[in-house]
Amino acid sequence: MSRASLSSACAAMLRRDLTLAWRRRGDIAMPVLYALIVTMLFPFALGPEDTLLQRIAGGVVLVTVLLAMLLALDAMFASDIEDGSLEQLVLAPQPLALMLGMKILAHWLTIALPLIVISPLMAALLHLPGAVIPVLLLALLLATPLLSLLGAVLVALTVGTRRSGMLLALMLLPLCVPAVIFAAGAVAAAQQGLPWLAPISWLAAALVLAVVLAPLACAAALRIALDS
Amino acid sequence: MANWIPLWLHRLSSPPTFYRFAGTLQPWVTTLALLLGAIALYGGLVLAPADYQQGDAYRIIFIHVPSAWMSMFIYAVMGVASFIALVWRIKLAEVVAMESAPIGAAFTFITLVTGSLWGKPMWGTWWTWDARLTSELVLLFLFLGVIGLYRAFEDRRQGARAAAFLAIIGIINVPIVHFSVNWWNTLHQGSTVNVFGHSKMSWDMLWPLLTMTLATKFYYAASLFRRARTDLLALEGGKDWVRQIAQGEDAR
Amino acid sequence: MNAVQSFLAMGGYAAYVWPAYAVFFIVLIADTIAPRLRRQRLLRELRARFARQSARQTRAGNGSSPNPPAAIDGQ
Repeated sequence: MSRASLSSACAAMLRRDLTLAWRRRGDIAMPVLYALIVTMLFPFALGPEDTLLQRIAGGVVLVTVLLAMLLALDAMFASDIEDGSLEQLVLAPQPLALMLGMKILAHWLTIALPLIVISPLMAALLHLPGAVIPVLLLALLLATPLLSLLGAVLVALTVGTRRSGMLLALMLLPLCVPAVIFAAGAVAAAQQGLPWLAPISWLAAALVLAVVLAPLACAAALRIALDS
Repeated sequence: MANWIPLWLHRLSSPPTFYRFAGTLQPWVTTLALLLGAIALYGGLVLAPADYQQGDAYRIIFIHVPSAWMSMFIYAVMGVASFIALVWRIKLAEVVAMESAPIGAAFTFITLVTGSLWGKPMWGTWWTWDARLTSELVLLFLFLGVIGLYRAFEDRRQGARAAAFLAIIGIINVPIVHFSVNWWNTLHQGSTVNVFGHSKMSWDMLWPLLTMTLATKFYYAASLFRRARTDLLALEGGKDWVRQIAQGEDAR
Repeated sequence: MNAVQSFLAMGGYAAYVWPAYAVFFIVLIADTIAPRLRRQRLLRELRARFARQSARQTRAGNGSSPNPPAAIDGQ
């Protein structure tokens, strides 16, 4: 019996998670709808005055995407822990960190990517100037995988506990403060016509670090959580 | 790995030994904390002169700055204990890490509230989002997250390991937040903070501050010993030494 | 009397200084009391548990008992 090569194992993991998500593709729409609805609440709450909405648009889109991802984060390991396939994954000969990296990638593709696609719509609802939207997209493209990776570590820690989503939020939000600061800083700088490359570079650097370290941390966290 | 650990340290990590050790030390550190605290308060509130710029409002410094230093110190201790707990799985390290979190949260809370009460008359605002305040607030949430995660598990040792992991991840976050917010403020030309320069502080203000710093450290030791002893009793509930203590004398 | 009054007034900043000190003391006192309460509760529970265990062992030792000796809770 030939041992599966590493790349085919990764592809198989990715294909499995994407297929499972596609079977519940109605669920993919939920974070998107949530984000749109929350975005619409702001003009209702703050009044439709253009200048005010423009100033807060970048930050609101960012925070709303973050919160939508937070809500969907629980589901990353939920179905796998229920049917026992997560423990099988931990015991499998393939390196756990790499397999978890694939899982996180699948989660980002199904949850964050739709959010990024509709983010220009959310920004337009809040009258963000069109010239700033590419910067917003870039910031989201870098910040959302960062959040997925960081969130995966924390979800792995709480897997199998009687936890509430509130605990996950309490743990995750302080840790993603730097990402929010840099992403919002980039958008705000672009809006004021200032150079925005520096915060984007910081985000990119953090993302590279996270891509390398987070799957390893996630594997360690999972082993701790499943250890009893 | 065991070769370089001195025997007394190895013995100390045994729960009943630490229980007795902490029990013996506890009254001493408590007394020291109260004594030094009283001296520091007298020196700061009564003896030290009013500041020529800030008047008597600056006296908040004698509790604000030691609390801030303690919040950082306790987080560092918690981080080191968490690392030891995760790598070597020593029960005592888990207990020290987990029981440090509420004490750290208390000092962080005191820092934020006293700072706010000091900031209002001095800067005209209860709060501002500069690097120092923001990273202190993030620190509070980290402490609360560690406490919450620890209590979410039914198996206490497993919960301690998970929370220890979170504590270590969080350590990296505090300097990141501090520097990133600093940089963010510069980008937006936010208000700068005037720090009460310690090198410029006169001795009759400095010595109460340092005395209170020492007092809070002893307080932390006393509180940690108290909490750790109770936690060890809970963890080792089925063992004989716990039975002897429970059925023996009452307090202590 | 005047010295005490001016001390309490804290140069006009009393409304800020004294609440700050109050928070300091209240939080630390709470931090001192909470573990004590927990310890007392724990000792009560442990004593009750040990009493139950020795009662079970006495029953088991005194001849046939419908209940087998319970496993020691290893918690």
